[in-house]
Amino acid sequence: MELQKFQYDNELPKQFAIATILWGVVGMLVGVIAAFQLAFPVLNFGLEFTTFGRLRPVHTNAVIFAFVGNGIFTAVYYSIPRLLKTPMWSKALGKIHFWGWQLIIVAAAVTLLMGFTTAKEYAELEWPLDIAITLIWVVFGINMFGTILTRRERHLYVAIWFFIGSWVTVAMLHIVNSFELPVSFMKSYSWYAGVQDALVQWWYGHNAVAFFLTTPYLGLMYYFLPKAAGRPVYSYRLSIVHFWSLIFLYIWAGPHHLLYTALPDWAQSLGTVFSVMLLLPSWGGMLNGLFTLRGAWDKVRVDPILKFFVVAVTCYGMATFEGPMMSLKNVNAISHYSDWTIAHVHIGALGWNGFLTFGMVYWLFPRLFNTRLYSVKLASTHFWIATLGILLYAIPMYWAAFRSYFMMSAFTPEGQLQYQFMDIVQTIVPFYILRAIGGTIYLAGVVLMVYNLYKTARSGKFVKTEDAEAPALPRQFAKPKGAHWHSWVERRPVTLLVLSLIVVGIGGLVEMVPTFLVDTNVPTISSVKPYTPLELQGRDIYIKEGCYNCHSQMIRPFRYEVSRFGDYSKAGEFVYDHPFQWGSKRTGPDLARIGGKYPDSWHFNHMLEPESMAPGSIMPPYPWLFEKTVDAGTTNSKIHAMRKLGVPYPDGYEAKANDDMKKQAESIVANLKKDKIKIQSDKEIIALIAYLQRLGTDVKTKNNVQ
Amino acid sequence: MKFTTYLTKISGVSIYPVISLVLFVTFFAIVILWAYRSDSKEIEYFENLPLDDGQVRK
Repeated sequence: MELQKFQYDNELPKQFAIATILWGVVGMLVGVIAAFQLAFPVLNFGLEFTTFGRLRPVHTNAVIFAFVGNGIFTAVYYSIPRLLKTPMWSKALGKIHFWGWQLIIVAAAVTLLMGFTTAKEYAELEWPLDIAITLIWVVFGINMFGTILTRRERHLYVAIWFFIGSWVTVAMLHIVNSFELPVSFMKSYSWYAGVQDALVQWWYGHNAVAFFLTTPYLGLMYYFLPKAAGRPVYSYRLSIVHFWSLIFLYIWAGPHHLLYTALPDWAQSLGTVFSVMLLLPSWGGMLNGLFTLRGAWDKVRVDPILKFFVVAVTCYGMATFEGPMMSLKNVNAISHYSDWTIAHVHIGALGWNGFLTFGMVYWLFPRLFNTRLYSVKLASTHFWIATLGILLYAIPMYWAAFRSYFMMSAFTPEGQLQYQFMDIVQTIVPFYILRAIGGTIYLAGVVLMVYNLYKTARSGKFVKTEDAEAPALPRQFAKPKGAHWHSWVERRPVTLLVLSLIVVGIGGLVEMVPTFLVDTNVPTISSVKPYTPLELQGRDIYIKEGCYNCHSQMIRPFRYEVSRFGDYSKAGEFVYDHPFQWGSKRTGPDLARIGGKYPDSWHFNHMLEPESMAPGSIMPPYPWLFEKTVDAGTTNSKIHAMRKLGVPYPDGYEAKANDDMKKQAESIVANLKKDKIKIQSDKEIIALIAYLQRLGTDVKTKNNVQ
Repeated sequence: MKFTTYLTKISGVSIYPVISLVLFVTFFAIVILWAYRSDSKEIEYFENLPLDDGQVRK
């Protein structure tokens, strides 16, 4: 058969690889700063743009979507043409994809620091950016499918299945979770409220981990690990089982983020069952990766790239063992809201994603620049430093989690809580310092890598394109005798796409549809009323400052939580919460029933200087809330949007809303005056106090649940 | 426009988890069966795809 000549483009893989490294450094640096802020609040600098509540989303988004995102695209743009023996379908779309994605990243960082956020974790970006992401994702998809459809290789290698499955699922997750009603440019309210919003968010949140951080990186593993080891994957059959069972199971596991919350019991159990089952395919994949190196362990001893891959795959195994364990309710009682979760995700992010990326770029750069790695020794040093960094990061966090659990749940023989919340915060601070040092060490390793790769690039010459040849794909495919029916699926990328969409769609649907049955699953509470206009404005300030990054609003039905924070939370209390604010981490105390606990003046002083009211607090001060004014011009559209979403404000209430707002603000000002505090009624702090004082006050006893 | 009202009238919600389990087990069994039965020669060709990218070595 005649061989056709064509060329592989190296320009885009190179650009994506550089972007991966650049954003990796930025994302990790922001993470290190945020980590030190928790130990030393002075590092918040008293500026709104640099407080922890705004910095933390920048860190998570940068690492997930900028660092890992570009890592995925590097792998896709390098491996897909080579696996399918054809160049990428469109160079122009590739360029749009690259620059569009980088532009979104920059816009994301700027808007998050400015306080534009939807307050849904890892989906914080506001609606104009959500739309931009959708468009670029479609461009990426068209380019990928164009390439697949014009391929010269009949069979789609398993790595490509992982890329296809990830692409379609991320598209679905992003669209469903980003349903929001725009109020103005850069402000929107989530379509869903309370329990539903929480469920959709964690269905998304969990699967963002699954289909952005895991499955595309498994594709990366299935391509680059055999490449680096110079031998095929241990078992291709196992990889097939790995792919289908993983994408089928992952999508169901989201509710394990909401155990012991106000989510209906059956949904919690469903999440637990599927999370435990996830162990099987995950470990199948891990063993497949490790066994690929069977008989090649002598290579691992000398090759830092394989070292990175081995530890990455091991971390995958550890994190996917830990995950199902954390989904068991009794374990989750300890891990939820604690630093355990933070340690768990960083085993994944630093170990799995980080090390796979490092291995990939160390392998890639010498090939892109037709040279040898500048220093193998330096890469080995990077490996050891980074491993040490992970250990120093994770161990203190695990320790802190158990320590805080034992302290939180300790009672005196008289039946009183043994420790104040502040005692627990204080005892955890040294662990925060250790963790921040671990993160710094890890980042130092990355700096070594940057130097090493820079030197490598300088020592060679960039290979813009690489020549290749392969026979054309015959139009008519003669099915070999006795061919198995599945090879039919493997040859058909579009069928594969649709099939994986159906597979993940079933999971999402079965899991979510019933939770929309609020009337049967959530007992309505007649005393729960919509927020007043001032409280609504205050709530938006709470969201803007990212308070949810450290404070939960969900008291679980445990004795030690109820005695500390108040009566446990009920699903019916959140029906007007667009978006929900349950939070996922308690660096500070739960706020679900903070309303009425302290006088207005306490909140006033606390927000200005937290240590004055709570000695030993690590909360940053919020001085700008005392200078900025609430924009009364937005009240109208906010009330209007809320009514559209089903919040029962009376018709025409928009006209009266600002009068009511003024009245309530004046009464808070009068309250403050009694404590000799003078402030104008239109300042942001007044609205925030109104919101905080409202929290949890609708329900005081169990008796008014109907 | 209230989202919750659309789906309030579905009866027998408790069947959902059961359906999901049955679906998964069936699906899993089929995948295992298929992987087990696939042709060894084909598999060998597939797994070598990353190593042979048709590049012209100079």
